[in-house]
Amino acid sequence: MRYRLSLKVGPIGFRIGSAWPGPIAALRGLYAGYPGPDDGIADFTVRLEPERPWRRWLRPSVAIHGDHMLPDAAPLALAHGLLAAEMGMNLQMALGLRRYLLLHASAVERDGRALVMTGESGAGKSTLAALLGERGWRLMGDEFALLDPASGALHPFPRAVSLKNSAIALMAADVPEDRFGPVLEDTPKGRIRHLRPRADAIARMADPATPALILFPRYGHARAIRPIGPAEVFVRLTQASTNYVSLGEAGFRALTGLVAATPACAIDYPDTEAAVSLVETLWANLDS
Amino acid sequence: MKEAALLVRLLADPAEARAVPPAAWTGLLAAARAEQLIGTLACRLDGLDLPDPVLALLRDARAGAAQARMSALWEAEMARRALEGLRIPVILLKGTAFVAAGLSAGIGRSIGDLDILVNRADLPAVEAALIAAGWEWVKEDAYDDLYYRQWMHELPPLIHRTRDRMIDVHHTILPPTARPTPDAAALVADSVTLENGLRMLCPEDMIVHAVAHLFADGDLAGGLRNLWDIDRLLRDFSAEDGFWERLEARGRLHQLGKPLARALRLAERLYGTRVDPDLAGPARVSDALYVRRLLVRDGWGRQRRPVTRFAFYIRSHWLRMSPLMLARHLWIKARKG
Repeated sequence: MRYRLSLKVGPIGFRIGSAWPGPIAALRGLYAGYPGPDDGIADFTVRLEPERPWRRWLRPSVAIHGDHMLPDAAPLALAHGLLAAEMGMNLQMALGLRRYLLLHASAVERDGRALVMTGESGAGKSTLAALLGERGWRLMGDEFALLDPASGALHPFPRAVSLKNSAIALMAADVPEDRFGPVLEDTPKGRIRHLRPRADAIARMADPATPALILFPRYGHARAIRPIGPAEVFVRLTQASTNYVSLGEAGFRALTGLVAATPACAIDYPDTEAAVSLVETLWANLDS
Repeated sequence: MKEAALLVRLLADPAEARAVPPAAWTGLLAAARAEQLIGTLACRLDGLDLPDPVLALLRDARAGAAQARMSALWEAEMARRALEGLRIPVILLKGTAFVAAGLSAGIGRSIGDLDILVNRADLPAVEAALIAAGWEWVKEDAYDDLYYRQWMHELPPLIHRTRDRMIDVHHTILPPTARPTPDAAALVADSVTLENGLRMLCPEDMIVHAVAHLFADGDLAGGLRNLWDIDRLLRDFSAEDGFWERLEARGRLHQLGKPLARALRLAERLYGTRVDPDLAGPARVSDALYVRRLLVRDGWGRQRRPVTRFAFYIRSHWLRMSPLMLARHLWIKARKG
């Protein structure tokens, strides 16, 4: 394809091709400082291309194609090309990844140990991880955490954080302007702005961590910590994994291993500051 | 396109992979994925000294194929249990048959739906037994359902409620509207029993079925994979005494002699298969068009050469139904949007 970019996020190499220059220029800016895939060999290919040839010029719309595709995925406006690239990369991970058990979860690390946060979208896992990533934690990823079935270690996937609606202003208070991508108005998910993780999160994208705590955060409720039994943790994590079924026995072993070795609980929080203090409290109590 | 041609060369001669430069791998692997040959390629290249990222990708592909094999066999077992009370012959087709019988066409193969063949007279009982065991209709549309039942060689697809896997129940290997009429009764009568009581087609019929699948059942999309099946089946069976004579006889019996000859020539040309020159017949000018169609995949996984593809698309419908019927079918489909 005419416009292209290859980059590495955590252990995964991507090649993104586009029929238009815009999405690639935007990606290049947002992902400045990310390495390329090892030996230039990408794990996954994403194609941003017109659904029909004339839609390249006439009311251009970006269809999200690649190694793995959803047959009925709706195309996006060309102005939302950056979101199309993000969705295309997510799709390859969700449908194609086999090397790791993929958890739809955010993760941060401290002292070689990882905090994993998962929950329905809107629960705040992404924003919370991004904020912790600015406050003394290493951001491992806002969307996917990769569990190595062989070692039980958690590998980072520090893509650009996808901030939605009110989370944008919240992060702008903590983060310098040059790490933000352009504001994408009126996308199917509302207003979106991408945030490049801190340089240390990118520099250490190859370093795994040992899972130490699993949290199920829930935004918009009074502050509470609720215990969850291992069976429920297991079932919730199978629902949070896109490739649990396709990994077969390896997936089952990886996930039961994680649940058996890692404490977990649900937290409710009224606002992000309360969540940060809850996390710090729980983390401090881990060792005692 | 050059990536598809390289894919074909490496399948035929894996040792060539060591000469592939790093910059060519991403395109090659994308083409292999798009042609659903990544697992096959990964198994062919197993053990070669290649760049680390390639080795990791190929390991993933082999693990995926192993999982696909296991779930395909499990799905066959589920169908066997659902149908065993009927005491009728149930024949596994395509990928599931290849892995069940341990054929080399099954090594690394991607397997989607479960395809089985039964006698047409047994269809109502099979349908009822599958529905009782948890399979459900996928197509709700009345026209599609009627179309399948009247004009297709299989029942409308069924999907299992909890396992989310499709089953295609065939009563022959080509739509009744197609000009060649395979001898469905002979397919069943001469099938071979497997250990668990399920059956597979006899080797020659398996090849004829792969030929029918390659040419008539679609517009040659996925043709490289179908042709690979043919290459592997020929390599597995062609050393047996009298094989080529039997293959010729089965091709004639099922009215697929000409497509069979074409497939042999294409397999020889692309995969270097050893074929019987008399059965394959002399090369035809149109063979080059087929090769051109089979190699449309580029290094981004896209199908190029739209004119060639469109010509084969028209041809595939032409083979499947009479012009009047085609017009009626396309008219109804178009009005439904």
